[in-house]
Amino acid sequence: MTQYIIRRLLYSLPLLMGVNILTFVLFFVVNSPDDMARMQLGQKHVTGQSIANWKQQHGYDMPLLWNSDREGTKKVTDTIFYQKSVGLFLFRFGVSDSGRNIGADIKERAWPSLAVALPTLLIGLLVNICFALMMVLFRNSYLEHGGIVLCVILMSISSLFYIIGGQFFIGKVLRLVPISGYDDGLAALKFLILPVLIGVFSGIGSGVRWYRTLFLEEVEKDYVRTARAKGLSETQTLFQHVLPNAMIPILTGVVVVLPLLFMGSLIMESFFSIPGLGNYTIDAINMQDFAIVRAMVFLGSVLYVIGLLLTDISYTLVDPRVRLS
Amino acid sequence: MTLLLMSSLLSMKMHTCKARVLVMMLSVIFWAASYSCAAWASGQLNNPYPDDEQEQAILYESFSERPKHMDPAVAYSSNEYAFISQIYEPPFQYHYLKRPYQVVPLTAIRMPEVIYLNQKSEKLGQGVSDSDIAFTDYVIEIQSGIRFQPHPALAKNIQGFYEYHQLDKAKIEAATSLNDFTTTGSRELTAEDYVYQIKRLAHPKIQSPIAEIMKNYIVGFDDFSKQVKDKPKTAVRDLPIEGATSLSRYQYRIRIKGKYPQFIYWLAMPFFSPMPWEADAFYDQSGLADKNITLDWFPLGTGPYLMAENNPNRRMILLKNPLFHVETYPTEGESEDQQKGLLADAGKPLPFIDKVVFMLEKETIPYWTKFLQGYYDASGISSDSFDQAIQFTGSGGVALTSSLLEKGIQLQTSVTTSSFYMGFNMLDATVGGATEQARKLRQAISIAVDYEEFISIFMNGRGVAAQGVLPPGIYGVDDKAGINPYVYEWLNGKTQRKKIDAARQLMAEAGYAGGIDPKTKEALILYFDTTGASVDDRPRMNWYRKQFEKLGIKLVIRATDYNRFQEKMRTGNAQIFVWGWNADYPDPENFFFLLYGPNSKVQRGGENASNYQNPEFDRLFEQMRNMDNGEPRYRIIQQMQEIVRRDAPWVFGFHPKDFLLFHGWYKNLKPNLMANNRLKYTRIDTADRAEKRQQWNSPIFWPLALVGGMFVLMLIPAVNAYRRRFRGTKL
Repeated sequence: MTQYIIRRLLYSLPLLMGVNILTFVLFFVVNSPDDMARMQLGQKHVTGQSIANWKQQHGYDMPLLWNSDREGTKKVTDTIFYQKSVGLFLFRFGVSDSGRNIGADIKERAWPSLAVALPTLLIGLLVNICFALMMVLFRNSYLEHGGIVLCVILMSISSLFYIIGGQFFIGKVLRLVPISGYDDGLAALKFLILPVLIGVFSGIGSGVRWYRTLFLEEVEKDYVRTARAKGLSETQTLFQHVLPNAMIPILTGVVVVLPLLFMGSLIMESFFSIPGLGNYTIDAINMQDFAIVRAMVFLGSVLYVIGLLLTDISYTLVDPRVRLS
Repeated sequence: MTLLLMSSLLSMKMHTCKARVLVMMLSVIFWAASYSCAAWASGQLNNPYPDDEQEQAILYESFSERPKHMDPAVAYSSNEYAFISQIYEPPFQYHYLKRPYQVVPLTAIRMPEVIYLNQKSEKLGQGVSDSDIAFTDYVIEIQSGIRFQPHPALAKNIQGFYEYHQLDKAKIEAATSLNDFTTTGSRELTAEDYVYQIKRLAHPKIQSPIAEIMKNYIVGFDDFSKQVKDKPKTAVRDLPIEGATSLSRYQYRIRIKGKYPQFIYWLAMPFFSPMPWEADAFYDQSGLADKNITLDWFPLGTGPYLMAENNPNRRMILLKNPLFHVETYPTEGESEDQQKGLLADAGKPLPFIDKVVFMLEKETIPYWTKFLQGYYDASGISSDSFDQAIQFTGSGGVALTSSLLEKGIQLQTSVTTSSFYMGFNMLDATVGGATEQARKLRQAISIAVDYEEFISIFMNGRGVAAQGVLPPGIYGVDDKAGINPYVYEWLNGKTQRKKIDAARQLMAEAGYAGGIDPKTKEALILYFDTTGASVDDRPRMNWYRKQFEKLGIKLVIRATDYNRFQEKMRTGNAQIFVWGWNADYPDPENFFFLLYGPNSKVQRGGENASNYQNPEFDRLFEQMRNMDNGEPRYRIIQQMQEIVRRDAPWVFGFHPKDFLLFHGWYKNLKPNLMANNRLKYTRIDTADRAEKRQQWNSPIFWPLALVGGMFVLMLIPAVNAYRRRFRGTKL
């Protein structure tokens, strides 16, 4: 297992390097260092000299990938790509083009993102499993058919509608929670109720249908028939036999997204003014802040690789037949 | 919970009617719980702020874009000024109440002594001609006894050494924010602090956006900049700069090249605020920037407020500066200010508010809702909420809707000192140039593009169609007779855009009769370069197309991204474009320079985006810019307006109108488009606010109870169905 993990981690290095190069090339195809300087310096009184100064101060006065004016290894190292990318592998994200330390910003923003995403995931999981089990319990009845129709309707509605509708109804009409905002510590609770509630509700349609499919697959298996033949009630069969066995695909789906919970949700965070990582990247793209874009793409890739690795490990935990080698 | 409820219901061995009873009981519990919650929650559950803040003099504002800079040498945008203008104090400021805008002393004792000098630096007498003036000295004397806010950079230990100027690695490593440096200190403001800031403006590492402009004005600025290029920021302290000298503890002199009367406006901007050298000595210590502890994020000023929390991802908090010097509310204003109650606080010490909380609010819907709930004290009006807020009166005026009036909300409108225009690239072979043909084509287009309609459709009427380069409120604008006679005519006592036939006639005279290009014998094709490529921009682009169609011209929209658009502008490859300018200071020079030939964007990289060049205009501009306001200057301004109206390098678009809403508890409110330090004049009636908030925000619980009850009732058929199935299996 340890060998397997080390091997997987080593495999991820070229992968991350590839992601880095791709991000770099795509970013600089659209933006030149001059464009970045202009964006940071604003619209007024920007001269060639001030652009040159900005580039020199921020290390963008070198060639992008290859410095033909230098000798030996400096041809590679005295480039924007090398100077800006190597630190990433040591998780040194550097300073954003507007002068803030990216690592400190990420650390600060990751927790609010997690504060919304984690309860949404856990409560959503619980609710979706409950409803899916209910539908399986009442399968082939009007309750199941009605439930499926309802799920399809819920799935078809844009998440934006849930957000605006939720804010309008619960925040504005009923005045039960603040419509947006965030605070530190326990004071954050009242701000989290609405986004979590909306996050859970908006995921019910697709979640319930997906888990229902998993449960239905299990319900038809021989061991379930055996359980019923032993005289177990339908609820006992479902909760004691079907649910544990259906947990393998559920777990796989959940574990893979766990690390990405730190990355937050763009729309949710924007509408609820949650100071998370969700809109950090979008803001950076709009401001042409390459330092942040590069750091966030790298972080996203690392977390995804970790997520996949955790999924593999979790297989061995929930299914003894699986061995990693 | 659902799972538990279901399993308990389903596993109960009881008759269906008992289950129904249970369900009914659960419903009753839901209702009872809801009402007890209602009784308990007599407070405001939706209050986004701590309850103990309710009665405090705190102003709540919002910001949608995080400010990039807090260093007064670097900050230049309005969202940055919203903060730093409350913290830093340049020597001069704009009078809060008087109009037209008037510069008055802030930390200075009086207005600067202006001394003209010849090439030999000899003092010149009054009435000397501009050509004899080689230099101008501004001698500024500041008040004594003004102190900097408490700050760790100024903290000294008992031996008299600075506490935090030699931080060791462990201390830096342990620090997470500025508040971790618990000891603070202060000292008196001196003239040297103003001189130090001017030196900072010149340092290339600071990257001040006005450094390139100041090179043209402040004597020795460029040389100083080259001298300190490779030195650390702190090195500027010991190096002299020719153009800025401290004459005594409270007096300093700025020497500029030639005569530049507009320089006084720069002295009222945060760029020329004082900066203690200790700030750079503290913040430049290696490792602090990695913790986001920089001068760019934690300012150090003498103003009425200090930055207590800087979290641009969530909120910014300003607290009243405990060491703020004595400054009082103005005792004079415009004639109607007394009647409006704007002089009720005359002579009282500033500021009135103890704390200002700026919350990050990116979306308009929650922002608007919070304003209506009383959790923001002021608000703009987004297009989404315009109809809820504003109604047009029969006479074409605007008024608040009854729902807002009932809440006691006030509306303030003011035309901004900004101009938005459609520019022609004067280097273009078709629309550019000084030929009669091109001029008439531009004039025809100026008539056809109906900006009154644009304002009505796309801006909810929040704008004023422009009659020339200058927006209202700027010296030189003739509000009554100053119409653009090439586009408008005076009919029945008001301006009216000329009929489209007049434009068609001009097209014919330009050689494009019916919009037909004689070279191709087809409709004339013109190109509109824009960054508006999104779906939201499509209606606007279609509107532009239709305006040109009135003349038979086919307008091709060339939408591109921001960078490419800027590149086209720099290289002169754009043909028609829209552009705007927001005044740095209230002087016509700050607008006319946008059409001054030597400022051409293509040739000189300047702000003349149209690349307009007219020798007569340039001559008048050079004459006008150094003049003091008065009849001769006014006459020249009218001549310049006439030249550009005739040449039509721009289709004069519009000047936006700000619509701002304020709750009734917001006092001392007067729009001031030049002064950014208005918060110190603001007063909040906290008792009124607390009462209104309570009144508007009582929670409503019964719909929740209803939903809960319905959910429980819905379980009845499920229980029945299960039991039927269970019985069926049994059989």
